[in-house]
Amino acid sequence: MRPILMKGHERPLTFLKYNRDGDLLFSCAKDHNPTVWYGHNGERLGTYRGHNGAVWCCDVSRHSTRLITGSADQSVKLWDVETGTQLHTFNFVSPARAVDFAEGDKLAVISTDPFMESVSAIHIKSVESSGLQQGSIKTFTGPTGRINRVVWGPLNKTIISAGEDTVIRIWDVETGEVIKKTDKENGHSRAITSLSLSADGSHFITGSQDKTAKLWDTRTLTLLKTYSTERPVNAVAISPLMNHVVVGGGQEASQVTTSDRRAGKFEAKFFHKIFCDEIGGVRGHFGPINALAFNPDGRSFSSGGEDGYVRLHHFDPDYYKLQ
Amino acid sequence: MMSSSFRWGDVEDEEVDVLPPRKVVGPDEKGIKIITSWRRDEDTGKLIKVIETVRVTKKTKKMSPAVLHRKQLKRFGDVANATEGVTLVSVDEIRLEKPGSRNTRSDNVDLGLPSSGNTSLIVCRACGKKGDHWTSRCPFKDLLLKDDDAVIKPAEDHGDRGDVTPKQSTGKYVAPNRRPGGGAGSKETTRYRDDGNSLRVTNLSEDTREADLQELFGRFGSISRIFVASDRGTGLGRGFAFITFVRREDAERAMKKLDGYGYDSLILHVEWAAPRERLVKERNDHW
Repeated sequence: MRPILMKGHERPLTFLKYNRDGDLLFSCAKDHNPTVWYGHNGERLGTYRGHNGAVWCCDVSRHSTRLITGSADQSVKLWDVETGTQLHTFNFVSPARAVDFAEGDKLAVISTDPFMESVSAIHIKSVESSGLQQGSIKTFTGPTGRINRVVWGPLNKTIISAGEDTVIRIWDVETGEVIKKTDKENGHSRAITSLSLSADGSHFITGSQDKTAKLWDTRTLTLLKTYSTERPVNAVAISPLMNHVVVGGGQEASQVTTSDRRAGKFEAKFFHKIFCDEIGGVRGHFGPINALAFNPDGRSFSSGGEDGYVRLHHFDPDYYKLQ
Repeated sequence: MMSSSFRWGDVEDEEVDVLPPRKVVGPDEKGIKIITSWRRDEDTGKLIKVIETVRVTKKTKKMSPAVLHRKQLKRFGDVANATEGVTLVSVDEIRLEKPGSRNTRSDNVDLGLPSSGNTSLIVCRACGKKGDHWTSRCPFKDLLLKDDDAVIKPAEDHGDRGDVTPKQSTGKYVAPNRRPGGGAGSKETTRYRDDGNSLRVTNLSEDTREADLQELFGRFGSISRIFVASDRGTGLGRGFAFITFVRREDAERAMKKLDGYGYDSLILHVEWAAPRERLVKERNDHW
């Protein structure tokens, strides 16, 4: 395959997200402008101008009308996808790290970093056009360190969070209690950097700096599989079409210049979801991979790296024969 | 010589002498379209008739109205008035590399060592086992190396190039070529990139890709680099390629076998790649 290189960002990529139809790809980077691309040819459709800091995460509504972005400028913004106009800004007292629209797009969950006196927190906000206001519907606190990912569980009844304290928690949305959490035995041993749900939401994968990625059941939080690599994992994704997961990462950026390019292990590694054996690797980035996303049709995937490039790969026909 | 000098009257005459119009017939029920056009050869002034036969096929792609709507959106943000060139198609062909395949550069398994015979060269420095695996593949790697970093001495090996990580105790940055053994490693690299093992393949068809050449030449031995010259504008091949083998013997065998080989209805011409200066000179002469 010949990947499509998209050099729209001037700083490292942080997050990639496809919309439901797979025709748009949203990218966030440490430069201040989230960007939307066409998912098939990688052409740039537009940028969302307004943030004043690194953008850590984004999510797009089911019908691709609205985009939510969380930024280190202590704000979360809602955008009109098609024109790039700002609809609303939620202000916080610390950087926003992760965002996720609920099923139905009426609520959004936002995690904020610990900063100065404030501790890390998970906020639930109403994002209905009529009910936009600053206040949170609910706020949960408890985890220490950054909460790198929050996503909604099935039927918006739970929220799954993961972050620097290595623990994956499943929260009850109504009561704010932690229903389930991982223990030392089967959990990660270092900070969790990424979390990605499967297409049907029944299971999810987490990637950690302990050089492993783990597959979990969404309801019971039982550990299903562990994929070990030889690099810190920054990004994970589950193929919606094949029984594959893809894992990306690499040595820390501060060490990149001091060692051989091949030693960095900047490939995106494909693993068989069930047998956990390595299927292959896709090379290309000049720095660690920070973001990975599968097109919802499973026929292409894109990776975003510390090098500022998004690489969009359409699979060759022989990929589909891989077991 | 007045007769051959420039006269404006002649120019006007020539311009009056217009070319016959372009004629398009079809497409007929089979989708065949015949385009007849005319042009004048610049040197001789002869009229040339060009007949192109084109098959027109229709491909219907279904997409939801929402996607179609979004396809026609106006660009916004920085893109509205930006110079494009942000999106490029990679020149390199990237494959999904199977773990342990000979093309995985970071793997040290097969650096041109035929699997038969030479296995005793393979000595694991981590566990000391012979002939089974390279150090980087050692099943006990994590256990052993963690306690004793001194075991990593890239000096003696040529299998381990991929794994040269800064393992300095002082924590100070040391340039790769200053590291113990690093110099040897870099020399190794240059040897593999040496032009001495490179072949130049000419008379390739336009649509030859790296993968095709890998398939064709790979059977003679490990290849460290394949470069297919392609036109930047069209992406089509320019008809020649360079193939660098890890070992010169393999390259020599490949050259003997494949020089004059019929490939894609063309006769391949395989020769040693010329040193750079000569190539440049040749090219200048040619142009």
